[in-house]
Amino acid sequence: MSADMYREMILDLYENPLNHGELDPCTFSHEEDNPLCGDVVKIDVLLDDDKKIKEIKWSGDGCAISMASASLMTDHVKGMTIEEVMELNGQDAVDLLGVSNLSMGRVKCATLSIKVLKAGASAVQ
Amino acid sequence: MLDVQKVRADFPILNVDAHPDVPLVYLDSAASSQKPIQVIEAMNSYYQEYNANVHRGIHRLSEEATSVYEGARIKVQKFINAPSHEEVILVRNATEGFNLLAYSWGGANLKPGDEVLITAMEHHANIVPWQIVCEQTGATLKHVPFTDEGTLDMDALDELLTEKTKIFSFTAASNVLGTINPTKELVAKAHAVGALAAVDGAQAVPHANVDVQDWNCDFMAFSSHKMCGPTGIGVLYGKAELLNAMPPWMGGGDMIRRVTLEKSTYNDLPYKFEAGTPAIAEGIGLGAAVDYLNALGMDNVHAHEQAITSYALEALSEVDGLTILGPKTAAERGGLVAFTIDRLHPHDIAQLLDEDGIAVRAGHHCAMPMHKIMGIGASARASFYVHTTTDEVDALVTSLNRARKVFRL
Ligand SMILES: Cc1ncc(COP(=O)(O)O)c(C=O)c1O
Repeated sequence: MSADMYREMILDLYENPLNHGELDPCTFSHEEDNPLCGDVVKIDVLLDDDKKIKEIKWSGDGCAISMASASLMTDHVKGMTIEEVMELNGQDAVDLLGVSNLSMGRVKCATLSIKVLKAGASAVQ
Repeated sequence: MLDVQKVRADFPILNVDAHPDVPLVYLDSAASSQKPIQVIEAMNSYYQEYNANVHRGIHRLSEEATSVYEGARIKVQKFINAPSHEEVILVRNATEGFNLLAYSWGGANLKPGDEVLITAMEHHANIVPWQIVCEQTGATLKHVPFTDEGTLDMDALDELLTEKTKIFSFTAASNVLGTINPTKELVAKAHAVGALAAVDGAQAVPHANVDVQDWNCDFMAFSSHKMCGPTGIGVLYGKAELLNAMPPWMGGGDMIRRVTLEKSTYNDLPYKFEAGTPAIAEGIGLGAAVDYLNALGMDNVHAHEQAITSYALEALSEVDGLTILGPKTAAERGGLVAFTIDRLHPHDIAQLLDEDGIAVRAGHHCAMPMHKIMGIGASARASFYVHTTTDEVDALVTSLNRARKVFRL
């Protein structure tokens, strides 16, 4: 089981995250936690003149799954418009991780950052 | 001492594999305990032999159901040494007990300028109801901090308890730090300033002899499901004179004496606080759980947990990067150990332990404020009960070391 869930890529991202940090100035910034476990993710986004994601950074605290997912998701959405972001869903986050056997509880970890990004994006839509 | 192998034979679930060919190591009793066959059979027998509503019919089934259900209340009364069975209000769980207390007593007695005192080591069940009632009544909610050793800050307590304090509501044992608070002393301190004392017994009643008259607490709430009993039933104990003076908090059948379409008069204790058909099978199951624990002997239960906790504190301290939360010796704590491991998140710990069949809790254990104070988002927690063996603690340690390897630590 762990061979899949904790494979090299996820552990590498846990140790060396992508797009980690904060943006100042930014167009919007949003933070939420997973009330079940206390994982926290904050996402800062800078949009360009065409309302596309120019820069994105995340910060927070959580398990390997939620942290790896934040890295992958922030990479995935670079260059997307807000409309495109709003069309993403939880399954996209799980697919990015490529882990096939996430339990119900862990799906919440995998989808936290997409939730945070969409909540932030909906405010500027 | 407990004959642990004999005790284990009472718990059918311990024969179930966690995963195919991976035996279950259940170290999550503080969240909810497993149930011995005696409890399961008592509930089955109600459903199969005398299922009927209570306090209503005059037929044989209803009479028998009423008598066994009310018998369970008396077992609980004796178990906590309450003076009267009327002081044992059967509710859904500890959480409901605190809600009843906050809404009924708090709603009727709190006003602006009054203070409610809790501690920073409370479960959400003993925080949120007070926040709600303080907001509604204009009273102020204050809390006693805990020290770096994980014990209540007694100096701060002495400053916070004043004549403004109307009630001090605190846990007898922390579900995260494991700390056993000096309940009797805390109750006396509250009374000394004229405040009432309410005790969260959720992590105390299942694990040691609890005597509400010795503590002299005014209220105590606890849950059946953490003491070998079923979910869906719990207890609010309260002194009769206080309960009598409190307004009902839910209306309906059972809690009334006479109803007209305009106005009703209320039933006597404990029924005044028990509207509607209760959780009958669950009440009966709780009675059987009390019988079960009495047969083991609460002194034996406590001694066993102390021995296991001592062993676990020692064994866990050998794991690299592991930090134990709360007091460092078993004598100061109940049968649970919460911990963190450097660069290994509690969720990942729990996930990897689960692969080895080991069930622990990971998260904030319904105590977010406490984790925040300690500067952590979450912790992992292993908790022990009457069936826990040192072999199981060894399995935990082995699995934690394996988890660190998976994470290349
Ligand atoms: C100290 C403490 N208080 C209260 C509760 C709440 O119990 P319940 O969820 O059964 O109402 C718990 C359960 O986790 C607890 O550990």
